[in-house]
Amino acid sequence: MAKNNPKISPALAKNIRRNFVERLIEIALMLSGIVAILITFGIVFILVTESFPFFEAVSLKEFLTSTVWTPNFERKNYGILPLVSGTLTITGIALLVAVPLGTITAVYLSEFASHKIRETIKPVLELLVGVPTVVFGYFALLLVTPLLQKIYPDLPTFNMLGPGIVMGIMIVPYIASVAEDAMRAVPMAMREGAYAMGATRFQTAVSVVMPAATSGIVAAYILAVSRGIGETMIVAIAAGQQPNFTFNPVESAATITAYIVSVALGDLEHGGIGYQSIFAAGIVLFIMTLSLNILGQWTRKKFTERY
Amino acid sequence: MARKEIIKAESKNFNFHYADGTHALKDINIPLYEKKITALIGPSGCGKSTFLRSFNRMHDLYAGNKYNGEIILHPDNTNILDKKVDPIEVRMRISMVFQKPNPFPKSIYENVAYGLRVRGENNKRLLDDKVEEALKGASLWNEVKDRLQDLAYNLSGGQQQRLCIARALATDPEIMLFDEPTSALDPIATVNIEELMSELKKKLTILIVTHNMQQAARISDYTAYMYLGEMIEFDETDTIFTKPSKKETEDYITGKFG
Repeated sequence: MAKNNPKISPALAKNIRRNFVERLIEIALMLSGIVAILITFGIVFILVTESFPFFEAVSLKEFLTSTVWTPNFERKNYGILPLVSGTLTITGIALLVAVPLGTITAVYLSEFASHKIRETIKPVLELLVGVPTVVFGYFALLLVTPLLQKIYPDLPTFNMLGPGIVMGIMIVPYIASVAEDAMRAVPMAMREGAYAMGATRFQTAVSVVMPAATSGIVAAYILAVSRGIGETMIVAIAAGQQPNFTFNPVESAATITAYIVSVALGDLEHGGIGYQSIFAAGIVLFIMTLSLNILGQWTRKKFTERY
Repeated sequence: MARKEIIKAESKNFNFHYADGTHALKDINIPLYEKKITALIGPSGCGKSTFLRSFNRMHDLYAGNKYNGEIILHPDNTNILDKKVDPIEVRMRISMVFQKPNPFPKSIYENVAYGLRVRGENNKRLLDDKVEEALKGASLWNEVKDRLQDLAYNLSGGQQQRLCIARALATDPEIMLFDEPTSALDPIATVNIEELMSELKKKLTILIVTHNMQQAARISDYTAYMYLGEMIEFDETDTIFTKPSKKETEDYITGKFG
């Protein structure tokens, strides 16, 4: 029997057409993946090559350590620190608003809200994501800052506090949505385990569900930071566009993005060092968000759920 | 059933409806004898897990479920299904071990201490003692005593399940519910858990759901056979497995059905 080597039946022979189509699909999918990678590399390439002329004129030391950024002045100075401080301060204020609000919202939606309430609130929250950021910018300038001035009369019209708070409000749905997904992905068996031990709903949420969803919640925060650092319109409108090396929220300032947009709108002539400076600023922005992404990946690995 | 046993809990005309209207349990009357193991057997979907989960009001977690009738807890004669009874109080007296080990994302120590922590107990000395006692009670102490601060997930499946038993033990429950506790475990871990249950019944009353009839025969003192939401027969385990009085029970036991 074993010696008898039977012929392959036609029904089992390789299906050439099917294999060809399969291969074609595989190639098409791979190509679309490659496009995304190529675009990323393209952006990095342009950022680096375009900023070469800038770094020929301005030393890296000045760029990284000088605390004055005055490309429009007679005496030009290119220290990135004022833009970084503005970016970090406004993002920091935004996080102070968005992290607690977003987390609480997520806990409520995932652990307390009934199905009906959740299905009502979630779309409304997601609507907030759809609001154009220019609207948020004027919201900060015309509503939030004047309100803050009632409490603190010395607050200038352009400041970091107002846009920071509004940016925080804008980010809440991002955190709430991603963190809620992470918490809802925690298996019911884990919650039941906690309830069976006599835990209340709140104890279960805080001491079991949240730790189990750590990686997703941290990912939500990191997404929020990236979103804050990259946000342009709100700060361009309401923070004053005035590079200012300070972490004081009641002063006006410019962020990296706000600076880039002001140059792009034509404050500086094309081709000059001033114009090239936006690429150098862009690299800094890119490095900031890239390191956040790496941090995100790392936390994701470190706190991977193992249920 | 001439022996005199103390009844620890009993269901009386107990009915249960799920939120979608399914009448999952119909007029169930079963006593749980103190310091005995009672096994619930029956084909999938017969309502045995639903019944077990009624004992610690797990069904309260999902809106729309309805209990009717009574589950009386002795000696204080409390109907644990009463609206005035706090389900959290019930769960403090009746603890549960689940089908799949479900340790919390915490250290071994904190897993066992959890039930006491949620009761507001933070006395380190007392917690240390209770954790040790519970881990010993779940015969896990020797394996973990040097790594109490390790994450619970680093334990094997069988160890995790014994950790869950230790967790349930730490609060000194009167009754312990086991919902197919060995169905996710290998044979050796299963034997460990079974031996552990026989040890545990010296101290507390056990109700177990099992798909494994040999398991019911090996460890339980009483067995209830359930089918389609009804309790078909309840008797001493020996009787159920050697001379059941109902034809349906016999068919199921002998494998003609199920």
